Amino acid sequence: MPISISPQMMREIIMDHYNNPINKKVPSNIADYKKIRMDSDSCIDDITIYLKIENDKIVDACFDGIACTISTASTDILCELIKGKTKEEAFYITEQYKNMIYEKEFDENALDELIVFINTHKQAARIKCATLGSTGIDAILNGNDDK
Amino acid sequence: MFDVNKIRKDFPMFNEYAFGKNGKKTVYLDNAATTFKPYSVIEACDKYYKEESVNAHRGDYDLAYKVDTKVDEVREKIAKFINAKKIEVVFTSGCSMSMNLIAFGYGFKFLKSDDEILLTEAEHASNVLPWFKVSELTGAKIRYIPLTKEGKLTPENLKKVMNEHVKVVSVAQVTNVLGFKNDIKELSKIAHEYGALLVCDAAQSAPHMKIDVKDLDCDFLCASAHKMCGPTGIGLLYGKYELLKKVDPFMTGGGDNARFDMCGNVAYLEPPAKFEAGTMNLAGIYGFGAAIDYLNSIGMDNIERYEAELHDYAISKLKTIKDLIIYNETADSGIITLNYKGVFAQDEASYLNSKGICVRSGEHCAKLLKDVLKTPATVRVSLYFYNTKEDIDALYEALKNGGNFLDAYFN
Repeated sequence: MPISISPQMMREIIMDHYNNPINKKVPSNIADYKKIRMDSDSCIDDITIYLKIENDKIVDACFDGIACTISTASTDILCELIKGKTKEEAFYITEQYKNMIYEKEFDENALDELIVFINTHKQAARIKCATLGSTGIDAILNGNDDK
Repeated sequence: MFDVNKIRKDFPMFNEYAFGKNGKKTVYLDNAATTFKPYSVIEACDKYYKEESVNAHRGDYDLAYKVDTKVDEVREKIAKFINAKKIEVVFTSGCSMSMNLIAFGYGFKFLKSDDEILLTEAEHASNVLPWFKVSELTGAKIRYIPLTKEGKLTPENLKKVMNEHVKVVSVAQVTNVLGFKNDIKELSKIAHEYGALLVCDAAQSAPHMKIDVKDLDCDFLCASAHKMCGPTGIGLLYGKYELLKKVDPFMTGGGDNARFDMCGNVAYLEPPAKFEAGTMNLAGIYGFGAAIDYLNSIGMDNIERYEAELHDYAISKLKTIKDLIIYNETADSGIITLNYKGVFAQDEASYLNSKGICVRSGEHCAKLLKDVLKTPATVRVSLYFYNTKEDIDALYEALKNGGNFLDAYFN
């Protein structure tokens, strides 16, 4: 996705993933998933992320809970992006994403729709929202899930 | 004469530091969280650090004597402010510590497994969680006084759940989400008829209205200085003296005992000193005294009257915004709880931030949201006597376009 997409398109992508999230659900076969509950300490977001990992590959990713537009949309897009990826590939995506959020150099090609969060730094209070999902995914992949 | 423009000149946050994002003036409407401090309060704290920076408690030199005298003076000021006796005023770090002191020093000491503690579902966490602990430790049961459809606590509803097992009724005088004023005097009367104690959380009332503990006849009362123009980290606990004598210290250590030996014999000082172990927040006490002076100089009646006027002005304007949901139009305080239709509270609060307006988004306990608010989170606007109609106008202008909250994210 080119970085030049208009703010209007970015807005629509965020709102679409907020109003109709593709990956917002509690998995039915929950025992097959690793999970982590992400209660933000600075706001009211409270989501649980579920990853199903088989042979180093993320075969499913979803989340559930209550969260703002930025948290919900970014987690929804992230779940979509890491599905079918290896742990290493997923780490690469979350790393590039965080680089973008913290205004460092990043690989745009890895981020796809996540590029819509490029303005997050302008509202510092939203950084926590935008990184709630990626922090949770990293934690699960690093083995720090809720046991 | 109450002159808000003159009042604002007393606050550095409105003078020297009044510029927020993009040079926009900050509109501060999160006064239920904490309040700005006038110069006089900051200077009083500074005075301790610059001129009298020594410890209290029986120092053998003039400076220490000065600090002791000051602590005593401020205690007297606070006592007068709430119509208590000086010996009934305990310095704590704030409302949370005051609540914990009562819960652990009284509740844990005296409650038994067949006792009941009555709360409401509109209480702040600091008036709920300490009681959860007491319940866990003693087996006493926690029950909730039912609220009305609007989320109010009425004496009638308290009567419905009162029984001889109830030992403590702990409620806010003004609730922090819906801002309704509870009739503490009537609630105390009912509690006392059953031999229960009434604990009053005055965190959201003491800054805004006259408090008279004798008239309310509550047994304990807590407040935080920082919500009433005072410094952070200092607050008060009031207790009827006979009760304070029965309460165990929540913290023990230096300054709260007359003597002790290594066999475990301790002679604690009388209240309030027995609750004030360790070096207290002395600068905070200096500042708290100045805050009381400042509020008195404006007059609590004037503050209450002006805030009511500002609240009504705000409601009349905000009501005209079609997609705005106001949950507590009839609140008796400066707390206005709202949502913009279809917008998550935190998104709305972030949007208001981009317009230089400070408000709080928050979630609420399950029952309150299910029965009264019917939403998981709300935006809370809370006023103080230094807010102006212009502040309200700025809020109104921003909320008119409250549905376009993602603007904040792209501009």
